[in-house]
Amino acid sequence: MSLNLSPKDRQMLDGKFGEATRLAMSIIVRMAQALEVDELMDITQAHIDGCGLMSDASLDFAETMARLGGRVAVPTTLNMIPLDLQNWQKQRIPQTFAQKALGMADAYIKMGCIPTWTCAPYQGTLVPHFGQQIAWGESNAIVYANSVLGARTNRYADFFDLCAAITARVPKYGLHLKENRKGQILFRLVGFPENLLWDESIYAALGHLIGHIAQDRIPVIEGLTGDITSDQHKAFGAAAASSGAVGLYHIAGITPEARTLAEAFHGDQPEEIVEIRFADLLAARKDLSTIQNQDVKIDAVILGCPHFSFTEFQRLADLIEISQSRLYPGVRFIVLTNQLTYSLLERSNILKPIMDFCVEIVLDTCVFHSPIVSAKGQVVMTNSGKCAYYAPGELNTGVVFGNLDECFCAAVKGVLCREVER
Amino acid sequence: MSLIFKGKPIVPGITSGQAIVSSQPISFWGGVDPAKGEVIDRRHECSGIVITGKVFVFPTGKGSSTGSAVLMESIRNGSAPAAIINSKIDPILALGAILAEELYHKTLPLVIVSQEDFESIQDGDSLFIQSDGTILVNPSV
Repeated sequence: MSLNLSPKDRQMLDGKFGEATRLAMSIIVRMAQALEVDELMDITQAHIDGCGLMSDASLDFAETMARLGGRVAVPTTLNMIPLDLQNWQKQRIPQTFAQKALGMADAYIKMGCIPTWTCAPYQGTLVPHFGQQIAWGESNAIVYANSVLGARTNRYADFFDLCAAITARVPKYGLHLKENRKGQILFRLVGFPENLLWDESIYAALGHLIGHIAQDRIPVIEGLTGDITSDQHKAFGAAAASSGAVGLYHIAGITPEARTLAEAFHGDQPEEIVEIRFADLLAARKDLSTIQNQDVKIDAVILGCPHFSFTEFQRLADLIEISQSRLYPGVRFIVLTNQLTYSLLERSNILKPIMDFCVEIVLDTCVFHSPIVSAKGQVVMTNSGKCAYYAPGELNTGVVFGNLDECFCAAVKGVLCREVER
Repeated sequence: MSLIFKGKPIVPGITSGQAIVSSQPISFWGGVDPAKGEVIDRRHECSGIVITGKVFVFPTGKGSSTGSAVLMESIRNGSAPAAIINSKIDPILALGAILAEELYHKTLPLVIVSQEDFESIQDGDSLFIQSDGTILVNPSV
Protein backbone atom coordinates (compact mmCIF):
# COMPACT_ATOMS: atom_id res chain seq x y z
CA MET A 1 0.00 0.00 0.00
CA SER A 2 1.43 3.37 -0.89
CA LEU A 3 0.84 6.65 0.88
CA ASN A 4 -1.00 9.31 -1.14
CA LEU A 5 0.05 12.77 -0.06
CA SER A 6 -1.85 15.95 -0.92
CA PRO A 7 0.03 18.70 -2.82
CA LYS A 8 0.33 20.67 0.42
CA ASP A 9 1.63 17.59 2.30
CA ARG A 10 4.33 17.30 -0.37
CA GLN A 11 5.23 20.95 -0.05
CA MET A 12 5.58 20.52 3.71
CA LEU A 13 7.74 17.46 3.14
CA ASP A 14 9.87 19.37 0.63
CA GLY A 15 10.59 22.13 3.12
CA LYS A 16 8.44 24.86 1.52
CA PHE A 17 7.01 25.69 4.96
CA GLY A 18 10.32 25.67 6.80
CA GLU A 19 12.56 23.13 8.43
CA ALA A 20 10.41 22.40 11.51
CA THR A 21 7.39 21.65 9.35
CA ARG A 22 9.55 19.46 7.09
CA LEU A 23 10.81 17.45 10.06
CA ALA A 24 7.29 17.16 11.53
CA MET A 25 5.84 15.98 8.21
CA SER A 26 8.67 13.48 7.67
CA ILE A 27 7.87 11.92 11.09
CA ILE A 28 4.17 11.76 10.22
CA VAL A 29 4.95 10.14 6.87
CA ARG A 30 7.20 7.52 8.49
CA MET A 31 4.46 6.74 11.03
CA ALA A 32 1.83 6.50 8.28
CA GLN A 33 4.04 4.06 6.37
CA ALA A 34 4.68 1.97 9.50
CA LEU A 35 0.93 1.82 10.11
CA GLU A 36 0.23 1.02 6.42
CA VAL A 37 -2.11 4.00 6.12
CA ASP A 38 -2.80 5.31 2.61
CA GLU A 39 -3.61 8.97 3.29
CA LEU A 40 -3.43 11.77 5.84
CA MET A 41 -6.30 13.82 7.24
CA ASP A 42 -6.82 17.20 8.95
CA ILE A 43 -7.06 17.75 12.68
CA THR A 44 -8.36 21.00 14.16
CA GLN A 45 -7.00 20.92 17.71
CA ALA A 46 -4.08 19.39 19.61
CA HIS A 47 -2.99 18.66 23.17
CA ILE A 48 0.70 18.20 23.80
CA ASP A 49 2.04 15.76 26.37
CA GLY A 50 5.65 15.95 25.17
CA CYS A 51 6.31 18.76 27.67
CA GLY A 52 5.75 16.56 30.73
CA LEU A 53 8.83 14.43 31.24
CA MET A 54 12.12 16.12 32.09
CA SER A 55 14.71 14.35 30.00
CA ASP A 56 17.44 15.56 27.69
CA ALA A 57 15.61 13.98 24.76
CA SER A 58 12.39 15.91 25.55
CA LEU A 59 14.32 19.17 25.86
CA ASP A 60 16.33 18.52 22.68
CA PHE A 61 13.17 17.90 20.69
CA ALA A 62 11.31 20.97 21.98
CA GLU A 63 14.28 23.30 21.56
CA THR A 64 15.14 21.90 18.12
CA MET A 65 11.61 22.40 16.82
CA ALA A 66 11.41 25.92 18.29
CA ARG A 67 14.83 26.87 16.91
CA LEU A 68 13.85 25.60 13.46
CA GLY A 69 10.88 27.98 13.52
CA GLY A 70 8.14 25.52 14.46
CA ARG A 71 4.72 27.05 15.07
CA VAL A 72 1.48 25.22 15.78
CA ALA A 73 -1.17 25.49 13.08
CA VAL A 74 -4.19 24.64 15.27
CA PRO A 75 -5.23 25.65 18.82
CA THR A 76 -2.91 23.58 21.02
CA THR A 77 -3.16 23.11 24.77
CA LEU A 78 -0.28 21.91 26.95
CA ASN A 79 -0.07 19.09 29.47
CA MET A 80 1.68 19.52 32.79
CA ILE A 81 5.34 20.53 32.86
CA PRO A 82 8.05 19.24 35.20
CA LEU A 83 7.68 22.02 37.75
CA ASP A 84 5.23 24.32 39.50
CA LEU A 85 5.86 27.67 37.81
CA GLN A 86 4.81 29.72 40.86
CA ASN A 87 6.21 27.67 43.70
CA TRP A 88 9.24 25.72 42.46
CA GLN A 89 11.70 27.74 44.52
CA LYS A 90 9.70 27.16 47.72
CA GLN A 91 9.58 23.47 46.82
CA ARG A 92 13.39 23.43 46.61
CA ILE A 93 13.51 22.16 43.07
CA PRO A 94 17.21 22.02 42.07
CA GLN A 95 18.26 24.98 39.92
CA THR A 96 19.67 22.88 37.07
CA PHE A 97 16.47 20.85 36.83
CA ALA A 98 14.38 24.03 36.93
CA GLN A 99 16.38 25.69 34.19
CA LYS A 100 15.84 22.76 31.84
CA ALA A 101 12.12 22.60 32.66
CA LEU A 102 11.70 26.35 32.15
CA GLY A 103 13.59 26.08 28.86
CA MET A 104 11.20 23.38 27.71
CA ALA A 105 8.18 25.44 28.76
CA ASP A 106 9.56 28.47 26.87
CA ALA A 107 10.08 26.44 23.71
CA TYR A 108 6.44 25.28 23.62
CA ILE A 109 5.15 28.80 24.38
CA LYS A 110 7.36 30.18 21.61
CA MET A 111 5.75 27.73 19.19
CA GLY A 112 2.33 29.22 19.93
CA CYS A 113 0.93 26.66 22.36
CA ILE A 114 -1.53 27.71 25.07
CA PRO A 115 0.00 27.48 28.57
CA THR A 116 -2.78 25.47 30.20
CA TRP A 117 -0.25 23.12 31.87
CA THR A 118 -2.76 20.47 32.79
CA CYS A 119 -3.35 16.75 32.32
CA ALA A 120 -7.12 17.34 32.56
CA PRO A 121 -7.61 19.71 29.60
CA TYR A 122 -11.15 18.40 29.12
CA GLN A 123 -12.15 20.12 32.40
CA GLY A 124 -10.55 23.36 31.34
CA THR A 125 -10.49 25.47 28.26
CA LEU A 126 -10.87 24.60 24.55
CA VAL A 127 -12.83 21.44 25.26
CA PRO A 128 -13.33 19.58 21.96
CA HIS A 129 -16.82 18.92 20.63
CA PHE A 130 -18.56 15.76 19.48
CA GLY A 131 -17.07 14.38 16.28
CA GLN A 132 -14.18 16.86 16.22
CA GLN A 133 -10.97 15.41 14.77
CA ILE A 134 -8.14 16.16 17.19
CA ALA A 135 -4.61 14.97 18.00
CA TRP A 136 -4.18 14.55 21.72
CA GLY A 137 -1.39 13.16 23.87
CA GLU A 138 -1.74 12.14 27.58
CA SER A 139 -3.42 8.77 27.99
CA ASN A 140 -6.09 9.94 30.44
CA ALA A 141 -7.01 12.95 28.30
CA ILE A 142 -7.19 10.84 25.15
CA VAL A 143 -9.62 8.35 26.66
CA TYR A 144 -11.80 11.14 28.08
CA ALA A 145 -11.92 13.04 24.78
CA ASN A 146 -12.92 9.95 22.82
CA SER A 147 -15.30 8.39 25.31
CA VAL A 148 -17.04 11.19 27.16
CA LEU A 149 -16.87 14.00 24.58
CA GLY A 150 -17.10 11.90 21.43
CA ALA A 151 -14.17 13.76 19.87
CA ARG A 152 -11.79 11.60 17.83
CA THR A 153 -8.13 11.01 18.52
CA ASN A 154 -5.74 8.10 18.51
CA ARG A 155 -3.45 7.42 21.45
CA TYR A 156 -0.82 9.82 20.25
CA ALA A 157 2.74 9.60 21.49
CA ASP A 158 4.69 12.40 23.10
CA PHE A 159 6.44 14.36 20.28
CA PHE A 160 4.04 13.07 17.62
CA ASP A 161 1.54 15.45 19.24
CA LEU A 162 3.70 18.47 18.29
CA CYS A 163 4.26 17.13 14.75
CA ALA A 164 0.47 16.93 14.32
CA ALA A 165 -0.04 20.41 15.82
CA ILE A 166 2.53 21.97 13.45
CA THR A 167 1.22 20.31 10.27
CA ALA A 168 -2.47 19.93 11.30
CA ARG A 169 -2.24 16.49 9.66
CA VAL A 170 -2.30 12.91 10.97
CA PRO A 171 -2.45 9.46 9.37
CA LYS A 172 -6.07 8.61 8.61
CA TYR A 173 -6.61 5.47 10.69
CA GLY A 174 -7.76 4.05 14.01
CA LEU A 175 -10.13 6.00 16.23
CA HIS A 176 -10.45 8.87 13.73
CA LEU A 177 -12.73 6.60 11.68
CA LYS A 178 -16.22 5.72 12.85
CA GLU A 179 -15.95 2.04 11.90
CA ASN A 180 -13.01 1.59 14.28
CA ARG A 181 -14.92 3.00 17.24
CA LYS A 182 -17.15 -0.04 17.55
CA GLY A 183 -17.22 -1.77 20.94
CA GLN A 184 -15.35 -5.08 21.07
CA ILE A 185 -15.65 -6.53 24.55
CA LEU A 186 -18.75 -6.33 26.75
CA PHE A 187 -18.39 -5.97 30.52
CA ARG A 188 -21.66 -6.75 32.28
CA LEU A 189 -21.78 -5.46 35.85
CA VAL A 190 -23.67 -7.77 38.18
CA GLY A 191 -24.83 -6.95 41.69
CA PHE A 192 -23.30 -3.50 42.02
CA PRO A 193 -24.96 -1.72 44.97
CA GLU A 194 -26.38 1.51 43.59
CA ASN A 195 -25.90 3.33 46.88
CA LEU A 196 -22.12 3.05 46.47
CA LEU A 197 -21.91 4.49 42.98
CA TRP A 198 -21.20 8.02 44.26
CA ASP A 199 -17.74 6.83 45.31
CA GLU A 200 -14.98 7.84 42.86
CA SER A 201 -12.79 4.95 44.02
CA ILE A 202 -15.35 2.50 42.59
CA TYR A 203 -14.77 4.03 39.14
CA ALA A 204 -11.00 3.99 39.53
CA ALA A 205 -11.02 0.33 40.60
CA LEU A 206 -13.42 -0.55 37.79
CA GLY A 207 -11.15 1.19 35.28
CA HIS A 208 -8.13 -0.66 36.65
CA LEU A 209 -9.91 -4.00 36.24
CA ILE A 210 -11.42 -3.31 32.82
CA GLY A 211 -8.20 -1.87 31.39
CA HIS A 212 -6.30 -4.95 32.51
CA ILE A 213 -8.74 -7.32 30.79
CA ALA A 214 -9.52 -5.23 27.68
CA GLN A 215 -5.90 -4.12 26.96
CA ASP A 216 -6.23 -2.51 23.49
CA ARG A 217 -9.79 -3.64 22.74
CA ILE A 218 -12.67 -1.16 23.07
CA PRO A 219 -14.67 -1.99 26.20
CA VAL A 220 -18.41 -1.48 26.56
CA ILE A 221 -19.83 -1.37 30.07
CA GLU A 222 -23.40 -2.37 30.79
CA GLY A 223 -25.04 -1.96 34.17
CA LEU A 224 -24.15 1.55 35.26
CA THR A 225 -27.13 3.84 35.50
CA GLY A 226 -27.86 7.42 36.29
CA ASP A 227 -25.43 10.27 36.05
CA ILE A 228 -21.71 9.71 36.04
CA THR A 229 -19.88 12.89 36.88
CA SER A 230 -16.96 14.30 34.93
CA ASP A 231 -14.70 13.46 37.89
CA GLN A 232 -15.91 9.85 37.94
CA HIS A 233 -15.28 9.45 34.21
CA LYS A 234 -11.84 10.96 34.81
CA ALA A 235 -11.08 8.42 37.55
CA PHE A 236 -12.29 5.50 35.42
CA GLY A 237 -10.52 6.47 32.21
CA ALA A 238 -7.19 7.35 33.84
CA ALA A 239 -7.06 3.94 35.54
CA ALA A 240 -8.14 2.02 32.41
CA ALA A 241 -5.50 3.82 30.33
CA SER A 242 -2.83 2.82 32.86
CA SER A 243 -3.53 -0.89 33.35
CA GLY A 244 -4.41 -1.21 29.66
CA ALA A 245 -4.10 0.60 26.34
CA VAL A 246 -7.70 1.84 26.43
CA GLY A 247 -8.21 4.88 24.20
CA LEU A 248 -12.02 4.69 24.03
CA TYR A 249 -14.75 3.13 26.15
CA HIS A 250 -18.50 3.12 25.88
CA ILE A 251 -20.99 2.98 28.75
CA ALA A 252 -24.38 1.84 27.50
CA GLY A 253 -27.03 4.50 27.97
CA ILE A 254 -24.48 7.07 29.13
CA THR A 255 -21.61 7.92 26.76
CA PRO A 256 -22.51 9.70 23.50
CA GLU A 257 -21.72 6.91 21.05
CA ALA A 258 -23.56 4.32 23.15
CA ARG A 259 -27.07 5.63 23.62
CA THR A 260 -28.01 1.95 23.47
CA LEU A 261 -25.98 -1.22 23.85
CA ALA A 262 -26.64 -2.02 20.18
CA GLU A 263 -25.28 1.36 19.10
CA ALA A 264 -22.09 0.76 21.10
CA PHE A 265 -21.46 -2.41 19.07
CA HIS A 266 -22.67 -0.85 15.77
CA GLY A 267 -25.37 -3.50 15.70
CA ASP A 268 -22.89 -6.40 15.86
CA GLN A 269 -22.19 -8.92 18.58
CA PRO A 270 -19.40 -8.43 21.13
CA GLU A 271 -16.24 -10.47 20.55
CA GLU A 272 -16.31 -11.47 24.19
CA ILE A 273 -18.58 -11.02 27.20
CA VAL A 274 -17.14 -10.68 30.71
CA GLU A 275 -19.30 -10.57 33.83
CA ILE A 276 -17.99 -8.39 36.63
CA ARG A 277 -19.35 -9.00 40.10
CA PHE A 278 -18.93 -6.63 43.00
CA ALA A 279 -16.42 -9.05 44.55
CA ASP A 280 -14.22 -8.65 41.43
CA LEU A 281 -14.29 -4.92 41.95
CA LEU A 282 -13.26 -5.27 45.58
CA ALA A 283 -10.36 -7.47 44.46
CA ALA A 284 -9.31 -4.82 41.91
CA ARG A 285 -9.50 -2.19 44.62
CA LYS A 286 -7.24 -4.31 46.80
CA ASP A 287 -4.83 -4.88 43.89
CA LEU A 288 -4.27 -1.12 43.67
CA SER A 289 -2.70 -1.14 47.16
CA THR A 290 0.77 -2.61 47.65
CA ILE A 291 0.28 -2.65 51.43
CA GLN A 292 -2.68 -4.43 52.94
CA ASN A 293 -2.28 -4.07 56.71
CA GLN A 294 -5.11 -2.15 58.24
CA ASP A 295 -3.12 0.15 60.51
CA VAL A 296 -0.24 1.17 58.23
CA LYS A 297 1.30 4.59 58.88
CA ILE A 298 0.63 7.02 56.01
CA ASP A 299 3.41 9.51 55.16
CA ALA A 300 1.67 11.46 52.40
CA VAL A 301 -1.71 11.77 50.76
CA ILE A 302 -1.58 12.55 47.03
CA LEU A 303 -4.71 13.73 45.25
CA GLY A 304 -5.25 15.21 41.80
CA CYS A 305 -3.95 12.54 39.43
CA PRO A 306 -5.32 13.62 36.95
CA HIS A 307 -5.50 17.26 38.12
CA PHE A 308 -8.09 18.01 40.82
CA SER A 309 -11.15 19.88 39.60
CA PHE A 310 -12.99 22.65 41.39
CA THR A 311 -15.79 20.24 42.33
CA GLU A 312 -13.24 17.88 43.88
CA PHE A 313 -11.84 20.77 45.92
CA GLN A 314 -15.40 21.49 47.08
CA ARG A 315 -15.71 17.92 48.38
CA LEU A 316 -12.38 18.26 50.15
CA ALA A 317 -13.46 21.56 51.72
CA ASP A 318 -16.66 19.88 52.94
CA LEU A 319 -14.65 17.12 54.62
CA ILE A 320 -12.42 19.71 56.31
CA GLU A 321 -15.42 21.65 57.53
CA ILE A 322 -17.33 18.63 58.82
CA SER A 323 -14.37 17.05 60.60
CA GLN A 324 -13.07 20.22 62.26
CA SER A 325 -9.77 18.33 62.57
CA ARG A 326 -6.18 19.17 61.81
CA LEU A 327 -3.64 17.49 59.58
CA TYR A 328 -1.67 14.86 61.53
CA PRO A 329 1.86 16.19 62.28
CA GLY A 330 4.38 15.08 59.69
CA VAL A 331 1.83 13.91 57.11
CA ARG A 332 2.02 15.71 53.76
CA PHE A 333 -1.25 16.44 52.01
CA ILE A 334 -0.51 17.18 48.36
CA VAL A 335 -3.14 18.16 45.82
CA LEU A 336 -2.15 18.58 42.18
CA THR A 337 -4.09 20.96 40.00
CA ASN A 338 -3.77 23.66 37.34
CA GLN A 339 -3.73 27.47 37.30
CA LEU A 340 -7.25 27.70 35.91
CA THR A 341 -8.77 25.79 38.82
CA TYR A 342 -6.56 27.67 41.28
CA SER A 343 -7.79 31.01 39.99
CA LEU A 344 -11.35 29.83 40.64
CA LEU A 345 -10.33 28.78 44.17
CA GLU A 346 -8.92 32.25 44.77
CA ARG A 347 -12.30 33.74 43.93
CA SER A 348 -14.18 31.27 46.14
CA ASN A 349 -14.66 30.84 49.88
CA ILE A 350 -13.03 27.39 50.06
CA LEU A 351 -9.37 28.23 49.50
CA LYS A 352 -8.90 29.55 53.06
CA PRO A 353 -10.11 26.42 54.91
CA ILE A 354 -8.08 24.26 52.53
CA MET A 355 -4.92 26.28 53.16
CA ASP A 356 -5.65 26.39 56.91
CA PHE A 357 -5.65 22.57 56.83
CA CYS A 358 -2.08 22.84 55.44
CA VAL A 359 -2.88 21.33 52.06
CA GLU A 360 0.06 21.75 49.68
CA ILE A 361 -1.55 22.81 46.42
CA VAL A 362 0.87 22.07 43.59
CA LEU A 363 0.20 23.74 40.24
CA ASP A 364 1.08 22.93 36.62
CA THR A 365 2.82 19.65 37.35
CA CYS A 366 2.73 16.12 38.69
CA VAL A 367 4.43 14.15 41.48
CA PHE A 368 5.85 11.79 38.88
CA HIS A 369 7.48 14.49 36.76
CA SER A 370 8.57 17.05 39.36
CA PRO A 371 10.83 16.12 42.31
CA ILE A 372 8.45 17.46 44.96
CA VAL A 373 8.04 14.20 46.86
CA SER A 374 11.15 12.34 47.97
CA ALA A 375 9.26 9.49 49.46
CA LYS A 376 11.47 6.48 48.87
CA GLY A 377 10.47 3.73 51.25
CA GLN A 378 7.52 5.72 52.54
CA VAL A 379 3.82 5.02 52.17
CA VAL A 380 1.58 7.27 50.11
CA MET A 381 -2.18 7.12 49.94
CA THR A 382 -4.25 8.20 46.97
CA ASN A 383 -7.75 7.95 45.53
CA SER A 384 -6.31 7.77 42.01
CA GLY A 385 -6.07 4.44 40.21
CA LYS A 386 -3.46 5.93 37.90
CA CYS A 387 -1.31 7.23 40.75
CA ALA A 388 -1.64 3.91 42.60
CA TYR A 389 -0.62 2.04 39.44
CA TYR A 390 2.55 4.03 38.76
CA ALA A 391 3.74 5.15 42.24
CA PRO A 392 5.51 1.90 43.26
CA GLY A 393 7.82 2.11 40.24
CA GLU A 394 8.09 5.85 39.70
CA LEU A 395 8.24 7.05 43.34
CA ASN A 396 9.64 3.91 44.96
CA THR A 397 6.96 4.03 47.64
CA GLY A 398 4.35 1.76 49.10
CA VAL A 399 0.85 2.71 47.99
CA VAL A 400 -2.50 2.52 49.67
CA PHE A 401 -5.56 3.12 47.54
CA GLY A 402 -8.81 4.40 49.02
CA ASN A 403 -11.58 6.89 48.43
CA LEU A 404 -11.39 10.59 49.26
CA ASP A 405 -12.98 10.07 52.69
CA GLU A 406 -10.44 7.40 53.58
CA CYS A 407 -7.54 9.56 52.32
CA PHE A 408 -8.78 12.46 54.43
CA CYS A 409 -9.21 10.26 57.49
CA ALA A 410 -5.65 8.94 57.09
CA ALA A 411 -4.37 12.51 56.84
CA VAL A 412 -6.05 13.39 60.14
CA LYS A 413 -5.07 10.22 62.02
CA GLY A 414 -1.69 9.52 60.42
CA VAL A 415 -2.66 5.90 59.86
CA LEU A 416 -4.93 4.11 57.43
CA CYS A 417 -8.56 4.03 58.48
CA ARG A 418 -10.99 2.12 56.34
CA GLU A 419 -14.19 3.92 57.26
CA VAL A 420 -16.38 1.60 55.28
CA GLU A 421 -15.19 -1.98 55.26
CA ARG A 422 -16.12 -3.30 51.87
CA MET B 1 16.14 -24.81 18.67
CA SER B 2 17.28 -23.00 15.56
CA LEU B 3 14.62 -20.99 13.73
CA ILE B 4 14.40 -18.32 11.08
CA PHE B 5 11.44 -16.09 10.26
CA LYS B 6 10.68 -12.70 8.81
CA GLY B 7 9.01 -9.81 10.54
CA LYS B 8 8.08 -6.31 9.43
CA PRO B 9 10.80 -3.80 10.28
CA ILE B 10 9.25 -0.55 11.59
CA VAL B 11 12.74 0.74 12.23
CA PRO B 12 15.16 -1.37 10.16
CA GLY B 13 18.55 -2.23 11.61
CA ILE B 14 21.09 -4.97 12.23
CA THR B 15 21.70 -6.17 15.76
CA SER B 16 21.83 -9.19 18.01
CA GLY B 17 21.22 -10.00 21.63
CA GLN B 18 19.72 -12.29 24.18
CA ALA B 19 15.91 -12.38 24.30
CA ILE B 20 13.97 -11.19 27.31
CA VAL B 21 10.48 -12.48 26.62
CA SER B 22 7.26 -11.43 28.30
CA SER B 23 3.66 -12.20 27.46
CA GLN B 24 2.56 -8.97 29.15
CA PRO B 25 2.21 -5.53 27.48
CA ILE B 26 4.15 -2.72 29.14
CA SER B 27 4.03 1.05 29.42
CA PHE B 28 7.57 2.38 28.98
CA TRP B 29 6.83 5.46 31.06
CA GLY B 30 6.19 4.19 34.58
CA GLY B 31 7.44 0.82 33.39
CA VAL B 32 11.08 1.36 32.46
CA ASP B 33 13.63 3.64 34.13
CA PRO B 34 15.43 5.40 31.27
CA ALA B 35 18.43 6.15 33.52
CA LYS B 36 19.12 2.51 34.36
CA GLY B 37 17.28 0.45 31.74
CA GLU B 38 15.47 -1.39 34.53
CA VAL B 39 11.85 -2.54 34.35
CA ILE B 40 10.18 -0.68 37.25
CA ASP B 41 6.52 -1.61 36.74
CA ARG B 42 6.17 -3.53 40.00
CA ARG B 43 3.13 -5.34 38.61
CA HIS B 44 5.02 -6.59 35.53
CA GLU B 45 6.61 -10.03 35.40
CA CYS B 46 9.91 -8.45 34.24
CA SER B 47 10.07 -6.08 37.26
CA GLY B 48 13.70 -5.62 38.30
CA ILE B 49 15.20 -6.93 35.03
CA VAL B 50 17.64 -4.67 33.18
CA ILE B 51 16.82 -4.67 29.46
CA THR B 52 19.83 -2.65 28.27
CA GLY B 53 21.49 -4.42 25.33
CA LYS B 54 18.90 -7.22 25.31
CA VAL B 55 16.27 -7.93 22.69
CA PHE B 56 13.04 -7.10 24.52
CA VAL B 57 10.21 -9.29 23.22
CA PHE B 58 6.69 -8.41 24.42
CA PRO B 59 3.26 -8.27 22.72
CA THR B 60 2.81 -4.48 22.49
CA GLY B 61 2.79 -1.27 24.51
CA LYS B 62 0.10 0.10 26.78
CA GLY B 63 -0.51 2.95 29.20
CA SER B 64 1.24 6.28 29.03
CA SER B 65 1.76 8.32 25.86
CA THR B 66 5.10 9.34 27.42
CA GLY B 67 6.41 5.87 26.53
CA SER B 68 7.86 7.44 23.39
CA ALA B 69 9.83 9.97 25.44
CA VAL B 70 11.22 7.29 27.75
CA LEU B 71 12.25 5.08 24.82
CA MET B 72 13.85 8.00 22.98
CA GLU B 73 15.75 9.11 26.10
CA SER B 74 17.01 5.57 26.68
CA ILE B 75 18.18 5.33 23.06
CA ARG B 76 19.93 8.68 23.45
CA ASN B 77 21.74 7.74 26.67
CA GLY B 78 22.52 4.13 25.76
CA SER B 79 20.29 2.34 28.29
CA ALA B 80 17.85 1.07 25.64
CA PRO B 81 17.42 -2.55 24.59
CA ALA B 82 19.41 -3.68 21.52
CA ALA B 83 16.08 -4.19 19.75
CA ILE B 84 12.36 -4.54 20.39
CA ILE B 85 10.17 -7.28 18.93
CA ASN B 86 6.37 -6.93 19.23
CA SER B 87 3.46 -8.92 17.82
CA LYS B 88 1.40 -5.75 17.33
CA ILE B 89 2.66 -2.28 16.53
CA ASP B 90 2.34 0.27 19.31
CA PRO B 91 2.44 3.72 17.67
CA ILE B 92 3.80 5.22 20.90
CA LEU B 93 6.92 3.04 20.95
CA ALA B 94 7.28 3.23 17.17
CA LEU B 95 7.36 7.02 17.36
CA GLY B 96 10.05 6.96 20.06
CA ALA B 97 12.30 4.73 17.95
CA ILE B 98 11.65 6.64 14.70
CA LEU B 99 12.28 10.05 16.25
CA ALA B 100 15.49 8.86 17.98
CA GLU B 101 16.78 7.93 14.55
CA GLU B 102 15.81 11.31 13.06
CA LEU B 103 17.16 13.37 15.97
CA TYR B 104 20.19 11.39 17.15
CA HIS B 105 20.95 9.10 14.20
CA LYS B 106 20.84 6.17 16.61
CA THR B 107 18.97 3.09 15.48
CA LEU B 108 16.97 0.79 17.73
CA PRO B 109 15.60 -1.92 15.42
CA LEU B 110 11.86 -2.39 16.01
CA VAL B 111 10.30 -5.42 14.32
CA ILE B 112 6.70 -6.66 14.27
CA VAL B 113 6.29 -10.44 13.95
CA SER B 114 3.27 -12.73 13.59
CA GLN B 115 1.63 -14.13 16.71
CA GLU B 116 2.93 -17.60 15.83
CA ASP B 117 6.52 -16.42 15.43
CA PHE B 118 6.21 -14.31 18.58
CA GLU B 119 5.24 -17.39 20.57
CA SER B 120 8.17 -19.39 19.20
CA ILE B 121 10.74 -17.09 20.84
CA GLN B 122 11.88 -18.33 24.25
CA ASP B 123 13.40 -16.30 27.06
CA GLY B 124 17.18 -16.47 26.78
CA ASP B 125 17.22 -17.26 23.04
CA SER B 126 20.03 -15.78 21.05
CA LEU B 127 18.50 -13.47 18.41
CA PHE B 128 20.08 -12.00 15.28
CA ILE B 129 18.06 -9.29 13.56
CA GLN B 130 18.66 -8.26 9.96
CA SER B 131 17.61 -5.02 8.32
CA ASP B 132 14.87 -6.62 6.21
CA GLY B 133 13.19 -7.87 9.42
CA THR B 134 14.57 -11.42 9.21
CA ILE B 135 15.15 -12.86 12.67
CA LEU B 136 17.47 -15.78 13.30
CA VAL B 137 16.82 -17.64 16.54
CA ASN B 138 19.74 -19.59 18.03
CA PRO B 139 21.52 -20.02 14.67
CA SER B 140 24.04 -22.87 14.61
CA VAL B 141 27.39 -21.26 13.93
